[in-house]
Amino acid sequence: MEELHLEYYLVASAIMFFAGVYGFITRRNLLAILISIELILNSVDINFALFNRFLFPGQLEGFFFTLFAIGVSACETAVAIAIIINIYRNIRNIQVKNLEQLKD
Amino acid sequence: MEYTLFIVLLPFLSFLFLGLVGKRLTPRAAGYIGTVVLAISTCLSYITAWHYFTTAKVDGVFEKLTPLNFTWLNFTEKLHIDLGILLDPIAVMMLVVITTVSLMVHLYSVGYMHGERGFQRYYAFLSLFTFSMLGLVVATNIFQMYIFWELVGASSYLLIGFDYAHPEAVAASKKAFIVTRFADLGFLVGILILSFYTGTFDFERLTSGDASLFAGMEGLSFMGCSVVSWALALIFMGGAGKSAMFPLHVWLPDAMEGPTPVSALIHAATMVVAGVYLVARLFPVYYLQAPDVLVLVAIVGAVTSLYAAIVACVQTDIKRVLAFSTISQIGFMMVGLGVSGMEGREGLGYMASMFHLFTHAMFKALLFLGAGAIIHAVHSNEMEHMGGLRKYLPITHITFLVACLAIAGIPPFSGFFSKDEILAATFHFNPALGAVMSLTAGLTAFYMFRLYYRIFWNKASHRDHAPREAPGSMTVPLTFLAAATLVAGFIPFGKFVTSDSAEYIIHLDWTVAAASVAVALIAIGIATLFYRRESPIPDRLASSLRGLHAAASRRFYLDDLYLFVTKKIIFNGISKPVAWFDRHVVDGAMNGFATLSQRVSYSIRGFQSGQVQQYVMVILLGVLLIAVLALFI
Repeated sequence: MEELHLEYYLVASAIMFFAGVYGFITRRNLLAILISIELILNSVDINFALFNRFLFPGQLEGFFFTLFAIGVSACETAVAIAIIINIYRNIRNIQVKNLEQLKD
Repeated sequence: MEYTLFIVLLPFLSFLFLGLVGKRLTPRAAGYIGTVVLAISTCLSYITAWHYFTTAKVDGVFEKLTPLNFTWLNFTEKLHIDLGILLDPIAVMMLVVITTVSLMVHLYSVGYMHGERGFQRYYAFLSLFTFSMLGLVVATNIFQMYIFWELVGASSYLLIGFDYAHPEAVAASKKAFIVTRFADLGFLVGILILSFYTGTFDFERLTSGDASLFAGMEGLSFMGCSVVSWALALIFMGGAGKSAMFPLHVWLPDAMEGPTPVSALIHAATMVVAGVYLVARLFPVYYLQAPDVLVLVAIVGAVTSLYAAIVACVQTDIKRVLAFSTISQIGFMMVGLGVSGMEGREGLGYMASMFHLFTHAMFKALLFLGAGAIIHAVHSNEMEHMGGLRKYLPITHITFLVACLAIAGIPPFSGFFSKDEILAATFHFNPALGAVMSLTAGLTAFYMFRLYYRIFWNKASHRDHAPREAPGSMTVPLTFLAAATLVAGFIPFGKFVTSDSAEYIIHLDWTVAAASVAVALIAIGIATLFYRRESPIPDRLASSLRGLHAAASRRFYLDDLYLFVTKKIIFNGISKPVAWFDRHVVDGAMNGFATLSQRVSYSIRGFQSGQVQQYVMVILLGVLLIAVLALFI
């Protein structure tokens, strides 16, 4: 089997990133948007791990950074879900198009 | 003599107190507080006068004292505005006059204004006025004087319009304010010209006789007159406005709409002599730098005096008669100043003018307060509602008679002494002017006794109930002022107030005195003949001189002329086009901008949709654009 190159992974990560961006822009449901954000974050995490693995083998900073990012994104998700629940309590749905009061 | 500060400050504190918490006090308490505070102020000014005239004499000349002077606004080294207290003979005399008359008016108002709405407010305004007037007379520099000058105008406005429910009172207060304000414009320009060239506002430096101060103005002229003449003439214009000199006198008769004690205080004894005081204050400057303006002062004074005396002969409202009489008497004072010289015997006019100011303040306040007592009794200003009042109002009758004799110039009442000195000075200056002033003095005696007889004698008009004498708070001031009128003439005034602050020994000029007494007696005789009993002669005279009588009743159409000029010419010719320009061009441009920005805002407000995804989309596109640009450029 041929050696796996860095570029393959990067392409996969980029596809994931843009899938996330696309989802963020087009989805109407807040939970779906949250999942899209996770996709974006994870694609970045993959990049960290990749660069560590291919460019600086024998070191661990990239992996640790990835772990930190996952931890932070978990917290952020918790906060986001708390907000979404509150929104649901207030307006009885979580459709993003209904959330426009802040413009006034 | 630092305590002089309190003379000025106490009425101000009383104003603040009554103005802020007056509504919580009972009217009676407010009246007594105002009166007591003013009584303290009056005592202090008597002490000041005694102290000053006994100690301030150095080498036979009264010194100018400055117990207090500090820089209030400091703009540059040269341009700074000071506030302070300057004491010299005329300032001290004015302190005494103002506090005395003001105290009498305060006391009198307790009775006169009893039960009026806004009694506390009235007392607050009276205190404010007294404060401003006192600040005016002790001003150390011309700018301080200007500040207090305007305060006096404002408080006069407030007091004339005190009864703001009456449209006439409101119109009169506006008229007074606008006319005097117009004159003050001249005053301000005059001050600016004068101080621009001399580099000082300070009275002491201006009047020191130092010709080098005016060196910068030499050789400069404008329209045939020197600049210093223009400056002083403009300053005189301010004085003429406040002192109701022809042709700026139109506000004073209308100002009689205010409460009668206010007329006594402001429009007889104090504020209207501010113009005379101003000219007297700057007299050395006038005399040394611009004698031509002094001639103008004399002519304006004489014209005013004669004009007002003629008009006073046909007025039927007793307060209007007194108003025109005030204008006429202030004309006398102006003439006295205008014909005066500086040194020694030449300074007779100045001394006489100040003397007349002093005596006039007393007897004119007395006349107004007496008129107030009469109005209080019969509830009307019109002569036809009076007549035969001497039985009902004995105290008012006697005091009013004293004042009438004083203003007519009968010895030994105070007006005789002061008016006679003015006449003597005028004859010395120019016999023709002296004759005009003598004629005016005769007219004065005539119209005053016309007033007197028509109020107290003549045919009594029909009344539902007998008029009653005024309460004690009103008769006490009347009696006090009548006593002052009786003795004031014997004050050796030349010892205290003269043009060069040195002593001036008064010699009565017996020929002038005898002539003027004779003229006054003849005038009184004619008035007695016409008005003591109901008589057909006045009506017959009026119909045979119909043109003159009608013209005098309409005040020689001056008010109509003013109305024509303002309403027809200025309103139509200037104000309307300006208003059109303002509404259509200035406002139009502003509204255009507003409409334009509103439209633009509406068109771009869609960007701010509140839709998060839309924002992200825009951000993303922006980032991509920048990325593409970064790649290819």
